[in-house]
Amino acid sequence: MSARVPGRPSPVAARIVVAVVGGLFLIPLVAMLEFTLRQTAGGYGLEHWAALFDPENARRYRTLFQGIGNSFALAAIALAIVLVLFFPTIVLVHLRFPRLERALDLLTVLPIAIPAIVLVVGFAPVYRVIGQLFGSGVWTLGLAYGVLVLPFAYRAIVADLQGMDARTRAEAARSLGAGWGTVLVRVIAPGVRRGLLAASLLTIAIVLGEFTVSSLLNRTTLQVALLQVSKSDPFAAVIVSLLSLIGAFAVLLAVSSTSSATRRRARRGGGPFAGALAAPGAPAAPAPVSATAKES
Amino acid sequence: MKARGAPHLPVDPGRAGRRSASLMKSRILPALGLAPFAAYVLLFLAVPTLLAIGSGFFDDEGFTLDNLGALLAPATLEAFGASIWVSALTAAIGAVVGAVLCWALAALPETGPLRRVVDSASSVLAQFGGVMLAFAFIATIGIQGIVTVLLRERGGVDIYAGGVWLYELPGLILPYLYFQVPLMVITFLPAVSALGPGWAEAVATLGGSSGAYWLRVGLPVLAPAFLGSLLLLFANAFSSYATAAALISQGSQIVPLQIRAALIGETGGSSASTAGALALGMIVVMTAVMLVYGRLMARAARWQR
Repeated sequence: MSARVPGRPSPVAARIVVAVVGGLFLIPLVAMLEFTLRQTAGGYGLEHWAALFDPENARRYRTLFQGIGNSFALAAIALAIVLVLFFPTIVLVHLRFPRLERALDLLTVLPIAIPAIVLVVGFAPVYRVIGQLFGSGVWTLGLAYGVLVLPFAYRAIVADLQGMDARTRAEAARSLGAGWGTVLVRVIAPGVRRGLLAASLLTIAIVLGEFTVSSLLNRTTLQVALLQVSKSDPFAAVIVSLLSLIGAFAVLLAVSSTSSATRRRARRGGGPFAGALAAPGAPAAPAPVSATAKES
Repeated sequence: MKARGAPHLPVDPGRAGRRSASLMKSRILPALGLAPFAAYVLLFLAVPTLLAIGSGFFDDEGFTLDNLGALLAPATLEAFGASIWVSALTAAIGAVVGAVLCWALAALPETGPLRRVVDSASSVLAQFGGVMLAFAFIATIGIQGIVTVLLRERGGVDIYAGGVWLYELPGLILPYLYFQVPLMVITFLPAVSALGPGWAEAVATLGGSSGAYWLRVGLPVLAPAFLGSLLLLFANAFSSYATAAALISQGSQIVPLQIRAALIGETGGSSASTAGALALGMIVVMTAVMLVYGRLMARAARWQR
């Protein structure tokens, strides 16, 4: 595109703008890295990195490791809810109750429109009851996390579902004698695998980053542990933060580079903020994107 | 009755005996399939929401409107004012910076490496709220942060000459911008990309300049998407809790922190009801914002087909 076309910056100008803003955004990340390399005695070195991974310090970072373990367990529970409860329901509504789709759209926006801090006010009494019934184990929190990831998982799956002509395929499979389970697992699931992948990655990312609900319900998760550890050992907390950021970025970049180049970019509907991770992986809105009609 | 809207399985109409069985198969069993989801949503979304909204109306003695008075207390009003101020400010700055970035990104090839990296980075950073974000800014502009130290020792500027503001309300602005700008890129870039070169070329053919293009075509077309994204950013900042909770340990300057104080019983009194009243206030603001957002995005969608 030449600079002659009005309204568009020249590629050089565009690159400069991106570089300047990108550079500003790199500063806090560089600052985190610089911070972790500071030695107690002055100068720079890997002292704090070595300390974090030294088995002798395992006791010191016990809370941290416990938080990491809990968060991964909760991510697994939330993932199970997405794949075993949400996915079949979304498919069922799409195939058999198309009139409910609009209602489901609205319902699944609610956890975004209602701030987590507000939901916590309602979760507190619910979890008092749950605590009496099932004890105060950390796993019960996974049920609340299912609600938090619902909007993002829903949008990732639905966008793919609408692009694959699921109704015709399900009908074809049924007329060939397939049961509903077979249709779900062997016909629909492969067709929306990108949506399922995006939904799964989002679920994991949201659960690992969750702080509001767990901290106010007194469960030790990764973020709660990070805040706690940062008070006695800020270096360890910053190292873990930096590592999880780099990990998230690498996963996303990998997902977006495996996606086909012709695929049209996601257009986000419904107002999914905060967990906007779906963008590179999957069209997150039930958009009439014709390009998604072909299976990737 | 059967086959409403969706193309259903062919039901054999000839045999009356199988009819009720097929009705059972085509409507009732699938409806039962919705039951687990319905029960889950009821227990973990509907009930908590109703409890959050409703608990403001109840105390130990039953129904009361007294707690709503807490919404009018000076401290609460101040917190709502501060929440709205910091959300509006970061939304406005984030929207403008993000829009400029989108304008630049749209000129780059969509499948190029730079665009892909920025896309992925935006997705990660828009999500990067909370504790880790607070750490990043403590490492950057904390008292011993690298920028603070460099400015003080090399530049002779003490950013904390007037007191340390990072752990107070103004300290939220820079961290919030760190997720607002990427969120703007994610929500607004599709609209900017949808401005095809065709319109710009049409303006050029008619002898229009860049200025004319933006004034007559670009801005009017993008306005609904821009305002919608702006509202989304506002809602995003307004509802975020974790970053503020990690940075601010003293006091409750914004509404989410007031809810924290009420929930962990710092304020004393019937704290569950106070939390409920505050939650209700937040929901009212969020509902208004999301309704307008929905209308704006519906208008914006017209140009993105």
